[in-house]
Amino acid sequence: MAQALFGQLLIGLINGSFYALLSLGLAIIFGLLNIVNFAHGALYMVGAFAAWIALDVLGIGYWPALLLAPAVTFLLGVVIERTMLRRLYQLDNLYGLLLTFGLTLILEGTFHHRYGNSGNSYPVPEALAGGSNLGFMFLPRYRAWVVVVSLAVCFASWWVIERTRLGSYLRAGTENPKLLQAFGVNVPLMFTLTYGFGVALAGFAGVMAAPIYQVTPSMGSNLVIVVFAVVVIGGMGSILGSIVTGVGLGLLEGLTKYFYPPAASTVVFVAMAAVLLVRPAGLFGRER
Amino acid sequence: MERLISKALWLATLALPLAAGAQGKVTDDAVRIGVLTDMTGYYSDLAGPGSVLAVQMAVDDFGGKVLGKPVEVISADHQNKADIASNTARKWFDESKVDVIVDMVSSSTAGAVMPVAAEKKRITLLSGPATTAFTGEKCTPYNIHYTYNNWALANGTGREVVAQGGKTWFFVTADYVFGKSLEEDTSSVVKSAGGKVLGSARHPSPGTTDFSSYLLQAQASGAQIIGMANAGADTVNTIKQAKEFGVTPKQSLAGLLVFISDVNALGLANAKGLYLTTAFYWDLDDATRTWAKKFQSHPDNKKKAMPTMVQAGLYSAVTHYLNAVKAVGTDDADAVIARMKATPVNDFFAKNGVIGPDGLHRHDMFLARVKAPEESKYPWDYYTIVKRIPAAEAFPSVEMQKCPLVKK
Repeated sequence: MAQALFGQLLIGLINGSFYALLSLGLAIIFGLLNIVNFAHGALYMVGAFAAWIALDVLGIGYWPALLLAPAVTFLLGVVIERTMLRRLYQLDNLYGLLLTFGLTLILEGTFHHRYGNSGNSYPVPEALAGGSNLGFMFLPRYRAWVVVVSLAVCFASWWVIERTRLGSYLRAGTENPKLLQAFGVNVPLMFTLTYGFGVALAGFAGVMAAPIYQVTPSMGSNLVIVVFAVVVIGGMGSILGSIVTGVGLGLLEGLTKYFYPPAASTVVFVAMAAVLLVRPAGLFGRER
Repeated sequence: MERLISKALWLATLALPLAAGAQGKVTDDAVRIGVLTDMTGYYSDLAGPGSVLAVQMAVDDFGGKVLGKPVEVISADHQNKADIASNTARKWFDESKVDVIVDMVSSSTAGAVMPVAAEKKRITLLSGPATTAFTGEKCTPYNIHYTYNNWALANGTGREVVAQGGKTWFFVTADYVFGKSLEEDTSSVVKSAGGKVLGSARHPSPGTTDFSSYLLQAQASGAQIIGMANAGADTVNTIKQAKEFGVTPKQSLAGLLVFISDVNALGLANAKGLYLTTAFYWDLDDATRTWAKKFQSHPDNKKKAMPTMVQAGLYSAVTHYLNAVKAVGTDDADAVIARMKATPVNDFFAKNGVIGPDGLHRHDMFLARVKAPEESKYPWDYYTIVKRIPAAEAFPSVEMQKCPLVKK
């Protein structure tokens, strides 16, 4: 029995690192731009498709795709920010949510029209195929890679934001953009790059996910709801909060799958409701 | 005033059957076929736009007219939601004067539309939904379940896998009507064939993408066979992740409802060796090849996909319907359905298919095994047909179905 528990916890950790990677991008975008980026799931899907198209049409493999796909979503993000989101900063953040939700529908619809819903298979890269038996479960090498890389990327992002000069500008921009601009920092450019970086993380998660899940137009919409719950629980805009909560909720899901499987798909939202009752700003959030 | 209207209506209802009887012709000057399917969701590749195309092809091949009146095809997206399906059906019957609704992939939508159709005396031709009870305890007088049902799928794959030595089973099941019914049907087949069911894991559907925790339970159960009582994207992800977690090849997967579109999406490297039961395979004989290639190369088939059994079944069902309308000289539902049940189906899809008084179309099914990549010689060369399952074995008998309409 303990075997099964460890197995579910490890799977929880794997899923949790995905949640962390995605919610990190969302938290960064919300923190600085005050935009609830509903298009995050769609851009994750675009990242996965970019990797698949690169392989299928151009013969470009997994390793270059790890850089290529985030670059694609980064550029897409820059275009979205420059042409659309920019106009909404003065308005209530409901408008940002509506715009990005609309973008999600357009992106998903476009891919659906072209590629259908069954999706496509992306092979696991040769070097990461196979796995090892841990005694209590078989751990595919690729999933271990996902955990290590996701957490590394998460903590690297955290370090840049919390410990470097560039990061200090970002945090200052979150607090008071006007003042920062007065000090001569190009705040609009910083906004653009931040949005681009946030969605590049989504694209990166997409490539990471491609060999595990079927690459389909709707792959992001399933995930984005959970990821939003993660961001809310972690405290909207809190970087460390989203990382810790992402991993934590993955583990919580794993535990639930062991003790009471039917609740596994709802436990995240129960946790969200409970946290909001006790700490309305989220676990790591600050009251504004 | 109200009383006057209601009186007039009452008179009209009295007069209607008389008028129909007197003319014996097509009501509303057209035969309208409504294709109610999943156009954009989880089942849109196995049914969806391809279903609409199959129906349109059937109408075109029939000449576009029956009894001198045009045959019109309309379609709508039911989004796999029962309420949308039944509302659309009502609107189609009342306003658009639709004579027959076809497809209804996803059992919850078919279950919602069938009673509405029965109430309005219109025909439903199911190709896509699988719940066995549609011609059992939930049967209606105007329904035909055409292509396959859970019993046939469970029986085809379940019996053969047990016969080959797969005695212990664990199920990964989609947690709604269809999945549970498929699990139930397969369990009883497995048990009656001398096998044993060790347990099951149920996943939310649609919406689950990560099956690793369910597969882990299946792995821990030690069962020889993992039966996948799910469909579409769920099956695809289950197969893919089973391979990833080293579940296969130590344990084997049995696909209970697998479509050629799923195999195409998975790729042969992932799907090879999988057993499945199908009502149709494009590469079976000359007749299936001719039709399937016509379907594939049709300008409206944007993805150039080969037809699934749902789509092939629809073509056959609609052709059978139009032939019946032509033969009885009216589109009156009672006359047409009686004729459809009285006439055997003989075309590329079915040989001597018989529609029973319960509305179940009994025809031969096929047990197939998915080829390995090196066995596949040309595009879409995916299946080896292991066995032709004769209609009498493939489907439950009328007695077994226990449809209340059938008199003992």
